[in-house]
Amino acid sequence: MITKEHIFELLETVLDPEVPVLSVVDLGIIRHVEIQDELVKIQITPTYTGCPAMKMIEMNLQAAFAVENIPLSIETILSPAWTTDWMSENGKLKLQKYGIAAPIGLAGRSLGLFEKEIQIACPRCQSVHTEKISEFGSTACKALYRCLDCKEPFDYFKCH
Amino acid sequence: MNIHSQHKIDYLLYLADTALILGQRLGEWCGHGPVLEQDIAMTNISLDYIGRSRLLYQYIATLTESDEDRLAFLRDEREFKNVLLAEHPNVDFAYTVARQFLLEAFHFPYYSELKNSSDLQLAAIAEKTVKETAYHLKWSAEWMIRLGDGTEISHQKIQTALNELWSFTGELFDPADYETFMLQESIAPDLNSINKSWKEKVQQVISEATLTMPENQWMQSGGKQGIHTEAMGFILTEMQYMQRSYPGLTW
Repeated sequence: MITKEHIFELLETVLDPEVPVLSVVDLGIIRHVEIQDELVKIQITPTYTGCPAMKMIEMNLQAAFAVENIPLSIETILSPAWTTDWMSENGKLKLQKYGIAAPIGLAGRSLGLFEKEIQIACPRCQSVHTEKISEFGSTACKALYRCLDCKEPFDYFKCH
Repeated sequence: MNIHSQHKIDYLLYLADTALILGQRLGEWCGHGPVLEQDIAMTNISLDYIGRSRLLYQYIATLTESDEDRLAFLRDEREFKNVLLAEHPNVDFAYTVARQFLLEAFHFPYYSELKNSSDLQLAAIAEKTVKETAYHLKWSAEWMIRLGDGTEISHQKIQTALNELWSFTGELFDPADYETFMLQESIAPDLNSINKSWKEKVQQVISEATLTMPENQWMQSGGKQGIHTEAMGFILTEMQYMQRSYPGLTW
């Protein structure tokens, strides 16, 4: 008999390929889990529409469940749209340790022209003396920052 | 297929094709941006557009006997319903910024309204899209201002781009038959109210950028009906080459 607890243990082993410290649970993209007889049905929601990691996450989910011979069906749902508010606190700590500044504040507020984000602390030296280089970083979910004290560039997982 | 579903498919193709072609155009900047950060910005935005087109093509595929790859790679020029502005060549960074701004200032109110569509799948796609559009609009409006209120040369370049692209903006607000039909069904938004928000935003940014509003002029149209500019054949050739030469090719 499969239990929900066990399903979540398995889900915790599936990581975001682009941020390989965050599990799909940390990321908050698992919207619903249901056990129907022997079949596990989960609903996931994409972070960004064009995120190439989504397909890979689906494959990795299938692989994780296949190891235990648990049939899995995955449905992608778009509404309500994913937001960084759904990221777990544990996930934010892991991001920080990995060298990516975690999203600060609640999503949904859009910045005015040339308006700056509240100060983002450098994940390496913790200085808040930082500046944004670009709204668009190495992946759709991140912005590019630089620390003006330790001089290191870093990614900020933007509030979305 | 009844007339109702044909109008709906045409309407969805108009949205999807506009997203795909603009995404492909922005993708041409990959490795050629004026600076690394802006190269990354344009390709990030490109990715959002291609992602949006995929959601729409996947939806169309459920209504027709097709699939997203066939829709993107195996249709001919006359079957594409994207607006002419989306297919306009990049020319230079100023043209790319102006084209992007004019379209984002349209897409932001458009997709905000589309969230209320009576078609729930379309409303869900709009909800996702509008969040990303907010970033695109901020990026493109800031660059309009930086270039317009920048040096003499940057000012002149962005003003030229704006004037040249202006004749392609009328089409955005000139509804095709299928849009009128979809408005009656409360599926598509009313273009009159979108036009009002668009004008306000464009005027505000143009003024802040110390630029001059282009004069009213003859407006081009045809894209929504599949009648395209010379540029369209070239972009499709490049985009569809692999599937045309090696049918069924997969990664």
